[in-house]
Amino acid sequence: MNKTVTFRIWRGDATGGKFVDYTTEITEGLVVLDVVHKIQATQANDLAVRWNCKAGKCGSCSAEVNGMPKLMCMTRMDTLNTDKPITIEPMRAFPSIRDLATDVSWNFRVKTKIKKFKPRAPDAADGTWRMQQEDVDRVQEFRKCIECFLCQDVCHVLRDHHLHDEFIGPRFLVYTAALEMHPLDTENRLPELKQAQGIGYCNITKCCTKVCPEHITITDNAIIPLKERVVDEYYDPFGWLWKKIRPQG
Amino acid sequence: MSYADTLPKQRPFGETTRPDAWWLQPLVVFLGFSAFIIYSTWAAFQGIGDMHTGHASYWYGGHGADYLSPFYSPEFWGVSGHALLGSTLPAWWPAWAPFSPAFLILWVPGGFRFTCYYYRGAYYKSFWADPINCAVGEPRKKFLGERYFPLIVQNIHRYFFYLAALFIVLLSYDAWKAMWFETDGVKHFGIGVGTLVMILNPIFLGLYTFGCHSLRHLIGGFLDTKSKAKTCGKAYSCVSCLNRKHMMWAWVSLIWVGFTDVYIRLCATGHLTDFVFFKL
Repeated sequence: MNKTVTFRIWRGDATGGKFVDYTTEITEGLVVLDVVHKIQATQANDLAVRWNCKAGKCGSCSAEVNGMPKLMCMTRMDTLNTDKPITIEPMRAFPSIRDLATDVSWNFRVKTKIKKFKPRAPDAADGTWRMQQEDVDRVQEFRKCIECFLCQDVCHVLRDHHLHDEFIGPRFLVYTAALEMHPLDTENRLPELKQAQGIGYCNITKCCTKVCPEHITITDNAIIPLKERVVDEYYDPFGWLWKKIRPQG
Repeated sequence: MSYADTLPKQRPFGETTRPDAWWLQPLVVFLGFSAFIIYSTWAAFQGIGDMHTGHASYWYGGHGADYLSPFYSPEFWGVSGHALLGSTLPAWWPAWAPFSPAFLILWVPGGFRFTCYYYRGAYYKSFWADPINCAVGEPRKKFLGERYFPLIVQNIHRYFFYLAALFIVLLSYDAWKAMWFETDGVKHFGIGVGTLVMILNPIFLGLYTFGCHSLRHLIGGFLDTKSKAKTCGKAYSCVSCLNRKHMMWAWVSLIWVGFTDVYIRLCATGHLTDFVFFKL
């Protein structure tokens, strides 16, 4: 069923901008990215929008639809109230480039600072390892991440408090968890997690979990277990004592 | 120019483009927690008067029942038959300080819930608006998180868990005692409405307590190779199962523990008559 809907799209760049209304007709089965492309083709040829796969797997079309971080390609129009204008704006946790495109390069710089995977010595003479499925089940959830950075966008530590220099954000806590909990990994990332990467800034609002398009249980399965490992190392005197006196082997 | 200078300016408090009722959830949480805090504080202070009158409003012994409010268990010094050390206050308790048996124990469940990961997220939002909800502007510019005092103290949650787990045992014992009704000095097994209320209390509290994130870590989450410690692996799965519904059990147990006190208090003060289904 065709319907005429108003879209309020943010137009501007790093120096400033404003919302501009576009009215267009939508049909059944459309997603927000389809409508943005239609507006771009018919009404605003210079509208900047980043996209690639249109299948929720590349993480390129991240934006804020009606105020919530979402992948535009995975946001069906029939899930939105089309009786009122629908706002589409760029992610607020990153610098604006133009219109809906933001500069997310900070994320890639952060990733380079996280200690790399450091496997134990190979289990077999041919240089291979043996792992049990139950041991990798937990980290496989974290491997679903498509790096859309919606979790970074909604995290108030980055979005509102701009603590990019002191906090790596939920995406990279998930990345760290994937390495830290890997059954082959031998590296210790806890000192960095506590200090430079600022895990203590997370106050468990679970907004990151709420917006994750891959439904990764970021807070409960990645961040809190890492917080608990930091507690083991720095805030639990009895745990520390136990580690000193327990039988080694 | 710093990186922060290149970012969009922080929105003022409450500003958002979300059209939904984003304020509703923090409001409901605020009202729910406030109601419990106010009621439990009032209930704890009732013990001061009880110590003077010698009549326990937190214990019901009508028709041979033995119902003790969970806000007063374990009762170290008090005026009910449950008092472990009698009704005479210890010498170290200052004479000028009012005393209620609840004062000695409520800090344990209170501390457990205050440092609980679910409650932290919930009250940071609803009481401190930090943030008040996802993608909504905040009232403050400065943010320290849980890195500095006082919130760094949240890291002692596992110690509160150890104590809270002990309380599950104690409240289960109270539920057991609530199954026995005394007639002419002889105890008879029976079930009253109060018995059912008291049985459900440690069950709900247990479902909340044993889904704790700290327990999940301590019991197996700390291991990267659970296949080498099968018992830990299985225990981790069990706790994870409860942990997935941690928020739900946090609310159910909170409401039920409050209701248990209300029920026993109403019976003890004569406003309600406990119905006994049967006594053997």
